[in-house]
Amino acid sequence: MARLLFEGLTRVFSIEVLPWLALMLPFGGFLVLSLFGDWIRKDREERGAGVLSCCTVLLSFLIAVATAFMLGDAGRDLEQQRQSLNLPQRQGPYLPFQAYLAVDWIDVSGLSIPVALLLDRLASVMMLVVTGVSFLIHVYSLGYMARDEDRVRYFSYLNLFVFFMLLLVMATNLLMVFVGWEGVGLCSYLLIGFWFKRPDAAAAAKKAFIVNRVGDAGLILGLIMAYHAFGTLDLLSITDHIGGLAPERLGELGIVTVIALLLFLGACGKSAQLPLHVWLPDAMEGPTPVSALIHASTMVTAGVYLVARLAPLYRQSETAMLVVAVIGVLTAFVAATIALVQTDIKKVLAYSTVSQLGFMFLACGVGAFGAAVFHLVTHAFFKALLFLSAGSVIHALGGEQDMRRMGGLARRLPWTFWTFVIGAASLAGLPFLAGFFSKDMILEGTFATGRTAIFVTALLAALLTAVYITRLVCLAFLGASRLDAEKTAHAHESPWVMTIPLVLLAVGSATAGFVPLPDMLRPVMHGAASESRAVRWIPYAATTLSLFGIMLAAYLYLLYKETPARLASALPWIRRALEAKWGFDDLYNAFVRRVLVSGGRRILWRAVDSFLIDGTVNATARAVGSAAETLRSAQTGLVRGHALLVLGGAVALVVYLLWPR
Amino acid sequence: MSYLENNTLSLLILLPVAGALVVALIPRERETLQKTAALLFSGLVFWFALGLIRGFTASPAMQFVERKAWIPAYGVSYHVGVDGLSLWLVALTALLTPLALLASWSSIDARIKEFNVFMLLCEAGLIGVFCALDLLLFYVFWEATLIPMYFLIGIWGHERRIYAAIKFFIFTMTGSVLMLVALLVLYKAGGQSSFDLTSLQRVEIDPALQMWLFAAFALAFAVKVPLFPLHTWLPDAHVEAPTAGSVILAGVLLKMGAYGFLRLAIPLFPHAAARFAPWIGALAVVGIIYGALVCLVQTDLKKLIAYSSIAHMGFVMLGIASFTTIGVVGAVYQMLNHGIATGALFIIAGMLHDRRDTREISEFGGLGGVMPWFSALFLLVGLASIAVPGFGGFVGEILILVGSWPKSPALTIIAVLGIVLAAGYMLWMIERVLHGPVKHASNSCLRDLTAREAFVLVPLVVLTIFMGVASPLFTRKITPTVNILVHKVSMETRSPSGDAR
Repeated sequence: MARLLFEGLTRVFSIEVLPWLALMLPFGGFLVLSLFGDWIRKDREERGAGVLSCCTVLLSFLIAVATAFMLGDAGRDLEQQRQSLNLPQRQGPYLPFQAYLAVDWIDVSGLSIPVALLLDRLASVMMLVVTGVSFLIHVYSLGYMARDEDRVRYFSYLNLFVFFMLLLVMATNLLMVFVGWEGVGLCSYLLIGFWFKRPDAAAAAKKAFIVNRVGDAGLILGLIMAYHAFGTLDLLSITDHIGGLAPERLGELGIVTVIALLLFLGACGKSAQLPLHVWLPDAMEGPTPVSALIHASTMVTAGVYLVARLAPLYRQSETAMLVVAVIGVLTAFVAATIALVQTDIKKVLAYSTVSQLGFMFLACGVGAFGAAVFHLVTHAFFKALLFLSAGSVIHALGGEQDMRRMGGLARRLPWTFWTFVIGAASLAGLPFLAGFFSKDMILEGTFATGRTAIFVTALLAALLTAVYITRLVCLAFLGASRLDAEKTAHAHESPWVMTIPLVLLAVGSATAGFVPLPDMLRPVMHGAASESRAVRWIPYAATTLSLFGIMLAAYLYLLYKETPARLASALPWIRRALEAKWGFDDLYNAFVRRVLVSGGRRILWRAVDSFLIDGTVNATARAVGSAAETLRSAQTGLVRGHALLVLGGAVALVVYLLWPR
Repeated sequence: MSYLENNTLSLLILLPVAGALVVALIPRERETLQKTAALLFSGLVFWFALGLIRGFTASPAMQFVERKAWIPAYGVSYHVGVDGLSLWLVALTALLTPLALLASWSSIDARIKEFNVFMLLCEAGLIGVFCALDLLLFYVFWEATLIPMYFLIGIWGHERRIYAAIKFFIFTMTGSVLMLVALLVLYKAGGQSSFDLTSLQRVEIDPALQMWLFAAFALAFAVKVPLFPLHTWLPDAHVEAPTAGSVILAGVLLKMGAYGFLRLAIPLFPHAAARFAPWIGALAVVGIIYGALVCLVQTDLKKLIAYSSIAHMGFVMLGIASFTTIGVVGAVYQMLNHGIATGALFIIAGMLHDRRDTREISEFGGLGGVMPWFSALFLLVGLASIAVPGFGGFVGEILILVGSWPKSPALTIIAVLGIVLAAGYMLWMIERVLHGPVKHASNSCLRDLTAREAFVLVPLVVLTIFMGVASPLFTRKITPTVNILVHKVSMETRSPSGDAR
């Protein structure tokens, strides 16, 4: 009996089974909560739903930790399994592990998609980030959503999200990646529109899904082309064999470049890069923990993950790399400028997220893929922290998000304030905090490519980052209080279920930079010498810039508060451009309304369908009908006349054809 | 039992007819009994259809074949059988008919007896179309579906039902008359010996004549699909038809067109088919974009679903026109997915109509808070319809796109844009119906799903999810037949004898 138990346990606690367990636990939570939600909901004060949801994610996180440790040995042990499955052999010290189920998801004539999970260091890092941050945000949500009537639905969506996100990062196959990709998009849609009775939330949810679909169109085309070009959609097969193709130089539009660019279009949609960034700020209509989890630390980084995962593919195409770098740095800069003028605390953070994702793509584009993932991880910590702290502020103020009606909150919400400051400092890149290391590596990588324009823009964006986040701290937490009397009385520090996750994330935001992540990831990216650390002066320059930005913002928003207004009236066109968010939304709205909808109505439906096609048909029918009426003096209805003619013709033809000749 | 096994297809065709007779004999006042009898008979058909699926082996051969002389003088025979192309369509018909009957259980309140009779006759005709292997038999069944559907729309439809029924009749009749003529010409060219599909496939036809014959068949089928610009009968017919009629129309009747291409037009005239393929593909893609754009501006719920059918059937035709195994299998699979998802959407529209007696989207809003279970299922069906991964539609669409890429990257790219637009119209519709505050007082106390309604919708939703995660169970039975078909087309187009150029 004991032996049986032991054997059963060893079986479960093996690297073949654990990843599936980590994946399916949150899904089980989702099923239970969504199917038996009504039953759980009966008790109004219950916390069971939230606790169940937290537990599944905690277990997934523990499994992620366990598999991360098992990975080193498992890779070697299970190379034999790859052999038995006739997969290409891999060389070198780095061995990924794939857990197969013996079934296919799709299997039609050469296109076969096995159900399998991929576990390597990159996937492992992503798993840790996703489950770790998710768990903290789940716990935080226990407090944040405690009084929401629909919290069972909330936690079920949140669990579904974790499932799809894990599927995305563990998929072995581009099409399975796409399943996770769309799945997290769906959860994002559901959670942005969680308070669907508010028209703004419903509209924002729809916008997010549709804009993402534009990117997805690129992703679908990219994977179709990849299938026809490489004969497989298996990620490892693609990255292993891509080196055999000739590298494509700048300006060369070969197959690899086209595939890379199409996939990047998908990444732009999911990771809110120009020109598809417009959905993310609107997505702030969702509950704040959702913004922290999905729209800051995990889902929106899926695009970065995809590009990093396919690093060998991108390296083959200089054009694609340059496009990724330029889009990345432009997004970083543009979003940072917009963040300067936002008055909604969550909107500032949203544009900040867009900007930081731009930095990650910049890193990819300059070949520093390790730095990109590194920044992804540190950003996940400090941005989740910033959002949750902001959520704590909003919670304390009974839903107030406008920074013009805040101020002086530092004394009332000490825990929230100090954790927020740590996150902000990490974002601004103050030395020895997490953000400092990762951003520094990105800047070094950019400098190493020798493209001065990109490097200078990146520095500018880094400066603006320090300015806008300091502005936020000044407006919300420092200075005199601008709260209404009623809210002042109400303002309180959040309960411990909310502050403990803040503290843990603050620890992560401060220390995550000491993990030598890029070195660990180098084998996955197939990168060798490109990520060198040769330039000594860059960290000093970056720190100086950050400090300068912080002081500038403090000067403008604490000491000389009338200066920003004066600046704005001195440069009206800049203000207008920034407040209009550089006009992207207006342009898209005009396109949808004027071209698609009104074109669809006036031209296609009214003109073509009703007038042209039906008109022709009706005219024919009328002609036939009137002919019938002239021919026959008897009064006939239109159909009968028509049908009779048709029948007569048919009979004549039959007679003609069957007539013996 | 072995008699049943040997005559499964005849049983599937005749059982609904027997059911119709039984219903007809029940006294007019016993309405519940009529409904129950019809449901029982269609349920029995579904049971036998399940047996058909179980007995079907994944091979290219025709299975469950029955053959008896019918009019020997003209070489007409009663010849039926199923293969990978028709198996699932038979099953789809057998599934949707009882569900459609159940969906209309309480919304049809006049002439209940006739309604059930026509529904059963329609089912018999549809199953017959999918099983027939004799051209004349095929034609008879083809026309036989028209009559019950004409009456279903014309008698139990909404306000403009007469107009819609006549338009439906004229459009499809014109097509089928052309098909009849072509069929007779083909018969003459084949030596006037047989109407049998297999023997006619061996007839050598002059390439120029082949083009004309293919065009005539294609026109008949294109009206049914419907392919742009022959689609304008569809929105009217779908909108005016009662719920059960819309479900059968969208779910199964449209597939007759696509099936006609696969069963008759392409294997009989492979050379012409290959020649026409780019045009069919182009019209299909026009339909995808066109249908989606017109969907964006609809204010009528059923009209929106109807136009989305045009877009979806465009995908099916794109897959067929690709003549690659992956594309054609995708097309067949997509027919099933579309039948289930769009059938479910029409059932949902019918439930709203039952409650509020309107189809105007603007009359709704905020239903998510009032009818949570209904809304959850509505959302799931909507997502299935726009091919979100995890639902069957995604597998179908991705197969079609992968298959059509080598033939025409340009068409594939435009079709992918159709996917973006699909998300637009579907989510916008969902937003207007389910989200936001409750705008109309009459919506504030609508009843959530009844047990009967749940029993109709839940199986469809579960099935579409199952088809999204376990596609090989279905496609492995489709692929062998498609392989043969694709091979035949590629051989014919390569062989010099059939080449006119």
